[in-house]
Amino acid sequence: MSGSGNVTAEPPPAAAPPSPPGAWRKHAIAAGFLAPAAVFLGLWIVYPAIRTVIRSFYDRTGDTFVWFENYERLFTDDTLVTAIKNSAIWVLVVPVLVTAIGLVFAVLTERVRWSVAFKTAVFMPMAISAFAAGVLWRIMYIQEPERGTVNAGISAVQEVFTEPGVLTQAQGSTDGVTGSTEEGFELDEAVAPGDVPQIGLTAIPQPEVPEDSAPAVVPEPLQGGIAGVVWRDFLPGGGTPGELEEGENGIPGVTVELRDAQGGTAATAKTEADGTFAFEGVEDGEYRVAVGGATFGQPFEGVSWLGAQLITPSIIIAYIWIWAGFAMVVIAAGLAAIPRDVLEAARTDGATEWQVFRRVTAPLLGPVLTVVFITMLINVLKVFDIVLAIAPGSAVESANVIAVAMWRTSFSGVNDFGLGSAVAVFLFLLVIPVLLLNIRRFRREV
Amino acid sequence: MRTRTRTFALLAVLAALVLALAAAGCGGDDGDGNGNGEGDTQAVPEGVSGNVAIMGVWTGDEQAAFEAVLDGFTEINPDVTVNYNPAGDQLPTVLATAVEGGNPPDIATLPQPGLMRDFAGRGELQPIDFAADQIGENFSESWVELGTVDGTLYGLFYKGANKSTIWYNVGAFEGAGVEPPETWDALLEAAGTLQAYGVPAYSIGGADGWTLTDLFENIYLRTAGPDLYDQLSSHEIPWTHESVITALEEMAKIVGDTENIAGGTQSALQTDFPTSVTRVFADPPEAAMVIEGDFVGGVVTESTNAEPETGFNVFPFPSVNDSAPAVMGGGDAVVLFTENEAAQALIEYLATPEAAELWAEQGGFSSPNQNLDPEIYPDEITRTTASALAEAEVFRFDLSDLQPAAFGGTVGQGLFKLFQDFLRNPDDAQGIAQQMEQAAARAYG
Repeated sequence: MSGSGNVTAEPPPAAAPPSPPGAWRKHAIAAGFLAPAAVFLGLWIVYPAIRTVIRSFYDRTGDTFVWFENYERLFTDDTLVTAIKNSAIWVLVVPVLVTAIGLVFAVLTERVRWSVAFKTAVFMPMAISAFAAGVLWRIMYIQEPERGTVNAGISAVQEVFTEPGVLTQAQGSTDGVTGSTEEGFELDEAVAPGDVPQIGLTAIPQPEVPEDSAPAVVPEPLQGGIAGVVWRDFLPGGGTPGELEEGENGIPGVTVELRDAQGGTAATAKTEADGTFAFEGVEDGEYRVAVGGATFGQPFEGVSWLGAQLITPSIIIAYIWIWAGFAMVVIAAGLAAIPRDVLEAARTDGATEWQVFRRVTAPLLGPVLTVVFITMLINVLKVFDIVLAIAPGSAVESANVIAVAMWRTSFSGVNDFGLGSAVAVFLFLLVIPVLLLNIRRFRREV
Repeated sequence: MRTRTRTFALLAVLAALVLALAAAGCGGDDGDGNGNGEGDTQAVPEGVSGNVAIMGVWTGDEQAAFEAVLDGFTEINPDVTVNYNPAGDQLPTVLATAVEGGNPPDIATLPQPGLMRDFAGRGELQPIDFAADQIGENFSESWVELGTVDGTLYGLFYKGANKSTIWYNVGAFEGAGVEPPETWDALLEAAGTLQAYGVPAYSIGGADGWTLTDLFENIYLRTAGPDLYDQLSSHEIPWTHESVITALEEMAKIVGDTENIAGGTQSALQTDFPTSVTRVFADPPEAAMVIEGDFVGGVVTESTNAEPETGFNVFPFPSVNDSAPAVMGGGDAVVLFTENEAAQALIEYLATPEAAELWAEQGGFSSPNQNLDPEIYPDEITRTTASALAEAEVFRFDLSDLQPAAFGGTVGQGLFKLFQDFLRNPDDAQGIAQQMEQAAARAYG
């Protein structure tokens, strides 16, 4: 910088001995192009992966090196063992089912009219995020048929086959009236002609309390017959159970059974608006009266889709609903690529449709099916969002899978990053064989 | 060497990008302030400057209300920029990640003192003794103690919750002819009458385990008394202690009364808290009562058509076997992670009655601040539940929130899960107590 205007002539670099000038340049260009990707990969994939492996050997504070303790807990902690079991179920069931259902749909859509509409409908769930789909299914799976679509559907079908009743629920108002809504409520005391039995019921659901009923009355004794009353034994504040009081109404439409000594039904009668009923011309003897089970429509209580037992199958159904479309589209593409003449040739040779499918279509589709199967295998191992969205708090334990367990142990209250990292490494190890398989297949195809 | 320069330029841009990203994730500047030593207790701190990053649990309406409080602060200190980041229910996750990454916010509001103890134990928190005078003046002893870990003050309970309340459908109570009960036996009897009337007595939000732990804690505080309650809180007595069994057996009188629970046990297990409230105030009602804290009121006004006092009302959790009046509740603790001067000033501000007033007048808020005038609360129901909280002679914090999070605060684990198991099978108090003890022993490790 001393202000000399001299330009020192250096010998041209052409003579640089070991590497030709172009090579260095080439490397630089390559490095330049690789650098952005390398930086991002290193920062967001390689470094976190290595850090996770290291972290998995430390305890939850991150200060103490604990060797394989976290990995031991992986197989002894109940929560994590359940997660591993559930993931095994997912792996065994879902890829097979999705591939099979996708295949069926793909083959069928080739044959039906409106196939585009059908394909669109099946593929549509793919356009929804898994979490949103999970929320949808969570609502559809609600147990009460009034609120959950799935149970509403079952209930609608069931209602066709069951008799409606005037009530769905009730209880005897005293210990003298026993039974259930299935076998009816029987008055313990025996009755004979001329008696006036009174059967009090309570706990009738508010919306079912009949509006057209009249104040209950105790009927006059019937000569050679049995007359009685069935009434709603409740007054605000409770009233006196077992006593027919002012202000209590009869229950109309109740089927009353007269049961003989053997327990068989001798006669039935219906109650009037004031709750009275009568059996005329009853022979002498001991009888029992009961509010018959026919009074009670057995309401459909709803399948407990979100309960601890069914939760994993429920989530799997929702998951298949999402992914069946993907499988169908990929397999349909494969199907379209199968040369028609081969199929024609098989048919000409006298093969049945089933044989054509078994012996020609399926083998030719093999590679495509493998792609779908392996993609699903990887997807299923890392399934997370839909489980989180569907399982209610009381069933998260039963619905747990490895990826969810990883998140739950690392965050979400437990905050054990050591154990969480161990779960992550375990998941990574599980995915590796599938990945290798996939890479090998890619190589072969290229 | 044009390629070379270009490569470097590219790398430089990338590096800048990475740095920018990292900076964007940063909580805020660290400041250099040491605590201001002013002894002037009630004065609202003024004249500080800087940025304060707050991470909190409050979202939606609560976020708007809290931001109004923050505006009150920035009005006095115009040179401070406060940035509120609502993390909602995921706060433990988000915050744990930020802290693990060495990048905590200046201030966080924690829904569980257990979480505060976790962080304090790991040395992540800054003491807030600079505000000790304000806090001592405005808050009762029990709240100060709750904010103290090993003799050092770390937490200020800005927002409280009274969880010793039972909300009922006024129409159902009138129809069945029952009065709000004052004793446990009267409650059980009223439940029987409600059932005979045709409305199940209880709506239970069993999908959320915390509704069940709250019920247990209310019973336990009354059957075992505050001293045993404290000992169980700190796990000095085991969960297999006979007082726990007694409380579980009392609790079974409600959760075991399956015919009297809206939809039965299975349905209760799948009902989340908001639904458990709306079921009570639906038309026709699916149940008559929901046993939960003062925040039920907000859910009722937001999601149902019930009107206060004519449609819904509240009574205090009844006394069991002549137990003295007691309140079990919760609260959100404000804690400090950095030595930021502006953040310190904000904490001092939040300890004042003025700051409590700003939220209280908007409703949906109970302040533990005893110098807040109850007339500020917008309606009678809030006034009742909130002043019960600030004036309670016996106040105990939600026991499950005082446990290590893995035992007392995690969905699908520990107490939440075991109380759900108890709801499923209320006959086996002994067995469930044993499992609780095992889980507690593991968590306390």
